[in-house]
Amino acid sequence: MELLIYGIINSITLSLISLGFTLVYSISRLPNFAHGALYISSGYLVWTFLNRVGLPYLPSILLGIGLTSLIGAGIYRFILIRIRGMEISEIIATYAIGLAIIEGLRWGGLRGMTFTLPSFVSGSVRFLGVGVDYQRLFVVGIGLITFLLLYLFTHFNKIGLALRGIAQNERAAMMLGINSDMTAVISLAIGSGLAGFAAVLILPLGSIIVETGYNVLIFAIAVSIIGGLGSWGGAIVASFIIGLAQILTEAFISSHFQMVIALLAIIVTLILKPSGIFGRQKELEERV
Amino acid sequence: MGKAMKEQAILSVKGVTKSFGGLKALADVGFDIEEGEIFGIIGPNGSGKTTFINCITGFIMPDAGHVFFRGKEITGWPAHKIAHIGITRTFQIMRPYYTLPAYKNLIIPLCSPRARKLGGWRGGGRHGDRDTVAVDILEEIGFERDSKVPYKLASTLPTGYQKRLELARCIAMRPEIIFCDEVFSGLSMSEIAGMIPVIEKLKMEGVTLIMVEHRLRELFRVADRVMALNFGEKIAEGEPEEVIEHPKVREAYLGSEEV
Amino acid sequence: MEMTRKERIDRGIKVRTEGIYAISSWEEVLYLAGPRLVLILGLLSLPLVLQVAPYWKRVVNITCIYALLALSFDFLANYVGLVCLGGAFFIGVGGYLSAIFNVYLGFPIYLSIPLATFLGAILCTFVILPVLPLRGVYFAIVTLMYPLLFTRIIEAFNILGGTNGIAGVESFPSPWVEQYLVILITLIALFGMRRLVNQDIGLVLRGVKDNDQSVRASGMNITSLKAFAVFIASLIGCFGGAYLAHLYMWAGISLFALDFSIIPIAAVVIGGGGTLTGAVIGSFILVPLSEFLRFAGTFRIVIYCVILTAVIVLKSEGLMVYFQRKYHQRERWVKL
Repeated sequence: MELLIYGIINSITLSLISLGFTLVYSISRLPNFAHGALYISSGYLVWTFLNRVGLPYLPSILLGIGLTSLIGAGIYRFILIRIRGMEISEIIATYAIGLAIIEGLRWGGLRGMTFTLPSFVSGSVRFLGVGVDYQRLFVVGIGLITFLLLYLFTHFNKIGLALRGIAQNERAAMMLGINSDMTAVISLAIGSGLAGFAAVLILPLGSIIVETGYNVLIFAIAVSIIGGLGSWGGAIVASFIIGLAQILTEAFISSHFQMVIALLAIIVTLILKPSGIFGRQKELEERV
Repeated sequence: MGKAMKEQAILSVKGVTKSFGGLKALADVGFDIEEGEIFGIIGPNGSGKTTFINCITGFIMPDAGHVFFRGKEITGWPAHKIAHIGITRTFQIMRPYYTLPAYKNLIIPLCSPRARKLGGWRGGGRHGDRDTVAVDILEEIGFERDSKVPYKLASTLPTGYQKRLELARCIAMRPEIIFCDEVFSGLSMSEIAGMIPVIEKLKMEGVTLIMVEHRLRELFRVADRVMALNFGEKIAEGEPEEVIEHPKVREAYLGSEEV
Repeated sequence: MEMTRKERIDRGIKVRTEGIYAISSWEEVLYLAGPRLVLILGLLSLPLVLQVAPYWKRVVNITCIYALLALSFDFLANYVGLVCLGGAFFIGVGGYLSAIFNVYLGFPIYLSIPLATFLGAILCTFVILPVLPLRGVYFAIVTLMYPLLFTRIIEAFNILGGTNGIAGVESFPSPWVEQYLVILITLIALFGMRRLVNQDIGLVLRGVKDNDQSVRASGMNITSLKAFAVFIASLIGCFGGAYLAHLYMWAGISLFALDFSIIPIAAVVIGGGGTLTGAVIGSFILVPLSEFLRFAGTFRIVIYCVILTAVIVLKSEGLMVYFQRKYHQRERWVKL
């Protein structure tokens, strides 16, 4: 039972982390290798606002997420837009930018102490006989609400529908007059915002470490590969698979297995169904 | 008579069906092709002609249906295996190997296991003289040998030459069947006049041609039999004159005449 | 005011050296062979010249390793269409394998390096194999992830020496071997690959990059072709790793470091993508530069990334392409 609860918490955490990456790819076909970097920079930004600038917690959070969104949108608007369509260059550029941010933070960012973000609520509660601290419940709760909001957004709101339309069929959407560059900027803003949002929720559970940037990227990619690049449903399902598997192995084997699970899951997926669970990329079929 | 014809059929396709999501692209389409004939496939845009070719040649997996080549089932084979046994195709949207000169484009098919085994068109093309064979092939299909044309970068060639290059790519593999996907489209009248002898020469060499075309008048000059598709279904098959008179075909192209 | 435009035409000597006429006189031979001779002799003489500055001899060795990685990246990305974001993977695999053969299994150095190179290439190709039939994005993703993943796994499980690595790797029998082995291999790799891409099989690989549907329609299995290309690239990379392990007499997690992934890409972009020589030249610029920047710690990576992004975004043609153009063509202003 305890495992189940922790498994669900872990899974929702994973899906929150990966959602931004999946969203950007599904809408703009852009693999945002800077995703992890954006995640961790949001954490640093909020910490800076909170501790160096002295703002209260909530405005710090909002500012942090907002800035991260802007950075993401800026990356597209000023850099990626010039190399749009050249897949090789896009991949290299997002990777380089992500690396620059992470390593830049490692070098210049707040060395010496451990940096943490305070929890929203302290204390814990017994839930179905299992001790869970409030922060984690918060994560799950807000996570679920986020999914619900996203679902509503993309099914009922005009902009959201436009984004979903582009995600399904870019050409048709373009013919209907939806501006592909504008949506790319929006999608990157939303994706980065989601990354920042996830960071704000999850980082209070531990401390802000630069390595997390890479780990987040690895997890986001793992989830995307297993669930299918660009599939939102797939991302959630994959998060649950990986999340539960991680908790199970942590309990029964050892706690070092997080990464191994991700790697194994990727390899198994690649062997059995490379395009992922809900993958719509029928390998090379599409391009004939 | 029917059974005997089927035994002669070099390519036999039955019941090919393919849907993309909710869109039914092909519904139970099939044909039997005799060796050495020129068979046309006509139909308005979106009727599924290219999808049909893709399903037969292994670029797309059909949802249902069977394809037989000389009696052997090849349904679902990957594209390169189907090309290897002699069924080649051109691409409607031409993408030559941009960074290479025209004749070098042919080196690639000449390197295929099939061409290495059988020798490219008219033999030769084993390692060493591939360049010469490539230029020979280009000459056969109408590139002027002594000019600079074969040596120009493929991306700088005019459309007529690029279309011929596509065809040459197939020819280099000593094919038994060539699926020509709209080889006449985008060409001027004189360019088409230059292509037709190539087609006829191929037929004389015993190659079976299956041509998807919009330019009906030109197609009917060379085709022995024709099949018409509309909305993914076969609506007519037979001699060109019969098919063009068929009411469903007229309706597909010209629209219904009912008020 | 008269209007002018820039016109580029081939230099006379370039036209005169086409085809068989290349050997008709010393001037022509020198024109063609000159740059290559300069490169070869220059590289070969570096260790001799640098006797006065031993520290820099090691820099040359490291540079050659990066050059090998850059060559493999250029080949895969610009000739086959596969973007490899994880050169560190080859280095790590080659290095660890060589250390395993040498330290755990006791093989001598002249066995462990070739074995590590060859088996490492097989291993790398094998783990990359599943993504080869898929779209190029998957290849980039997987090559990016493997070094990161393997680092964490080695750390977590404390295998293969864990964070301490495998020590006691045999060093080279003599300093001259140490120096010249890698330089020779680099030269062989460079000229070998240039030959390869102009051979027929090289053309087929380039066809895969330009239009893989066409290659399939010509009866060839693209996945096998890509696997072949990856194998060649990993041969080069794993050799670099094996060499490095013996150079430092140690194999550790730092073999999977980001430097090995990023610097080759930057070297290729700056040196001129698609020219192979550009990769080597770019490495010889960037790696000594990074030695100067050693004090900056991980900030070096930030600098590389910024330069890399700038060059990509500005769609610069790279040094080698620029020099080739200058060498072969004249520019002049022409009246309209």
